[in-house]
Amino acid sequence: MTGSFTLQLVNGLAALMLLVSFALLAQHRILSVLHWFALQGVLLAATAGIVAWGTDNHELYISAIMTLLLKGALLPWLLWRAVMQLHVHREIEPLMNSTVTMLMALAVTLFSFHIVQPIEQMSALITRNSMAIATACMLLGMLMMITRKKAITQVVGFLAVENSLFFAAIGATNGMPLVVEIGVAFDVLIAALIFGLFFFQIRTTFDSLEVDAMQQSLREDDEA
Amino acid sequence: MNSMTLALAACAAALLPSVLMPLTPQSLRRALMCMMLFSSGVLAMAAGVLGLVQPDVATTLPLGLPWLPMHVRVDALGAFFLLVIGSLTAPVAIYSQGYLRHEPRIGVLMIFLPLFVLGMLGVVIADDAFSFMLFWELMSVSSWFLVTFEHTRAENRKAGFIYLLMAHLAGLLILGSFAVLYAAGGAFTFAAMRSAELSPLWASVAFLLAAFGFGTKAGVMPMHGWLPDAHPVAPSNASALMSGIMLKVAVFGFIRVIWDLLGSGDFQWWWGALVLAAGSSSAVSGVLFALQQHNLKRLLAYHSIENIGIILIGLGLAMLLAAFAHPLLAALGLIAALYHTINHAQFKGLLFMGAGAVLHSTGSRDMESMGALIHRMPVTAACFLVACISISALPPFNGFVSEWLTFQTALMAPQLGGAMLTAIVPFSAAMLALAGALAATCFVKVFGVVFLGHARSEAAANAHEVDAWMKLGMIIPAIFCALLGLLPVVFIPLLDAVPVALLHISLADAVHGQGWLWLAPIDASHASYSAPLALAGMLLLGGLAWWWLHPAGGRIRKGPMWSCGNPHVHARMQYNATSFSQPLRRIFQGVLQADEHVHTERPVHALLTRHVRHAVHVGDPAVKWLYQPLGALTLKLARHLHQAHQSSIHAWLGWTFATILLLLAVFT
Repeated sequence: MTGSFTLQLVNGLAALMLLVSFALLAQHRILSVLHWFALQGVLLAATAGIVAWGTDNHELYISAIMTLLLKGALLPWLLWRAVMQLHVHREIEPLMNSTVTMLMALAVTLFSFHIVQPIEQMSALITRNSMAIATACMLLGMLMMITRKKAITQVVGFLAVENSLFFAAIGATNGMPLVVEIGVAFDVLIAALIFGLFFFQIRTTFDSLEVDAMQQSLREDDEA
Repeated sequence: MNSMTLALAACAAALLPSVLMPLTPQSLRRALMCMMLFSSGVLAMAAGVLGLVQPDVATTLPLGLPWLPMHVRVDALGAFFLLVIGSLTAPVAIYSQGYLRHEPRIGVLMIFLPLFVLGMLGVVIADDAFSFMLFWELMSVSSWFLVTFEHTRAENRKAGFIYLLMAHLAGLLILGSFAVLYAAGGAFTFAAMRSAELSPLWASVAFLLAAFGFGTKAGVMPMHGWLPDAHPVAPSNASALMSGIMLKVAVFGFIRVIWDLLGSGDFQWWWGALVLAAGSSSAVSGVLFALQQHNLKRLLAYHSIENIGIILIGLGLAMLLAAFAHPLLAALGLIAALYHTINHAQFKGLLFMGAGAVLHSTGSRDMESMGALIHRMPVTAACFLVACISISALPPFNGFVSEWLTFQTALMAPQLGGAMLTAIVPFSAAMLALAGALAATCFVKVFGVVFLGHARSEAAANAHEVDAWMKLGMIIPAIFCALLGLLPVVFIPLLDAVPVALLHISLADAVHGQGWLWLAPIDASHASYSAPLALAGMLLLGGLAWWWLHPAGGRIRKGPMWSCGNPHVHARMQYNATSFSQPLRRIFQGVLQADEHVHTERPVHALLTRHVRHAVHVGDPAVKWLYQPLGALTLKLARHLHQAHQSSIHAWLGWTFATILLLLAVFT
């Protein structure tokens, strides 16, 4: 009973992950992007907890708690602080209009369900359905990086990709060894800190957080 | 003393000047280079003759890559081309001694001219793909330095660029064909490639790569774009070598890879048909464009295209006949092609040397500023005339023999496959005849405009004969032209070793059956030709005509030429290069696409004409319809790529994303 119940729960959470990914992509305000990002972290932690409970793997509980603290709280807070200090909590200007983005996201999701099929048929794990969703979330994260102008949203996109990889890891392997997970967690934390530093540097150098501005400035340097 | 020792000695002699250049004082450089080149040429000739009569000699040199020492081998085919290379290098070396007398930048030539010869010698004795490509590239790159020798002129740099580009393209295609052979044979040595078993499909791939690669280097239409630009701008002694033997080395490569490595047993019928078509089109279009040139060296360069076409007609016929199992006729076609190869080396080398002599004494390449040079440069004119008669395929000189043999091959060809295929053989023979007639027209124009008539410029009127070195350099190939024309019965059995090696059939009996006087390929009842008798007949007729026109005791009176009673003869009244070719330009306007403008100035009244200006520009359609669009396309793609490099981070992310999607779609 535990197996199928856990499976139901994980599948439910996977669906929520996908929903959150879509929501991230659809947001127009940086602060709400951060809210949804935090929610994604929480969902990830919940998934880890449930898989830990379902497979009786105690190490995974620690991993779940770390995820909750790091991805559900610390990272969003770091980004939120950066946004506040840089006063960029205005609306996001998307590069592409959001309807087109959503349609593309839909196509990408279908595509990932299609490509994951052979893997799903081979896998004997309880969480095999989540593979497709993890792939979809990953591609959606990349899509977010492509379609947004602000450096901060691109970083959120990057972290969302990382979240989906983590989700895929939990789904596909019932959790990585704790040591690996701690390592990855610290990497992400440090990456976030470095990104934060970069925001300030970019801001002071180019007077803007928009990547296009950097491009413009570099081109002018080239021509000069 | 075997052929290999001599061939390696020839290579060493060609290598020496470039090594010694920095140590040699300026005053000795010319003499040392010419001496070494001459020795290299003589050694190569000796190696060639020995190699043709002796069995193959192969050895391994302690050079090259650690796991792949250089394999060299002098077989019949290589020996024949050693002979071709040597027989032109030696006279050109003598000629250079005079031609380069006032050349301040002799050091550059001292490095690259011998290296160029070394590259060609190396290609013909190479016995593995690695050495072949190494020497091939040495040949291509060192000749680039000769093309851009006068690099201060933008036009020469442009020619050099196109030359290098096409040479690399050719190198790439040849490398591709070696790759196919290597994959089948498992080793780089030619022995392994020869024994490789290829499926018909892969054999065709290797054939096409080799045919287009060597065809580009040989200047076959429409891959000839580099040739009319590159040959005229090199120093004349270098263009004599480039046109006379470098193109032949490409023919050698073609025979080596397709006849020897792929093997004449594997020929498919369409290979021969393709080569035949390429040869026919090159022969006719080469001479058509040659007719419209007024730059002497450019005209000769177009004639090289024509003659490569004639060689390819012989080879194509032979391939077609070999594919339909007529080995005796195939051997005749091969002999015809090889004979034309050595003939063309001689007369084209001589023509370029003659053009160089004219350039040396008038300072111009433009035929419109020459004229009446026969009085000022009689020896040059006589040698040039010999070459003109040879290239026009008229008896008793050598061009006639090889073209006649090619004709005989075509005429004796039996029914082959379908009607279309049978029709293509006489069609190509007709093309060959047309090319021969047009070539004769063209050289009437060349000789008439350059050497006869009135001088068209001050420089031509004050021209002086060249020095003894240059004269000697031109007299030797002229003698070769006469000998090859008069004694084909002696030379053809020497060549016989090549078809024996490639087709396993000997033509010696078929040729020699009628004694030394008559050349009768295969069967005397079909056709036979006796050059000595033809010469005797011509001398007799000529003597009779002379006797009839100038009876004993008659006085010879010299008057102004072509005056027709009008005492005021001006140099501009005579035919010039453009007007002479005007009728043919009209006839072949469809091919030539000449741009012709007549501008009449009537400043005072509609009936009072002051000036009439006539301008003709004949471009090369291949350049216009093939090279320029391809070049423009490449540039456009490059510009797009450049823009893509400059685009935003988003675009890069987008590309990454698309790549990931693509890879996921393909590899799952």
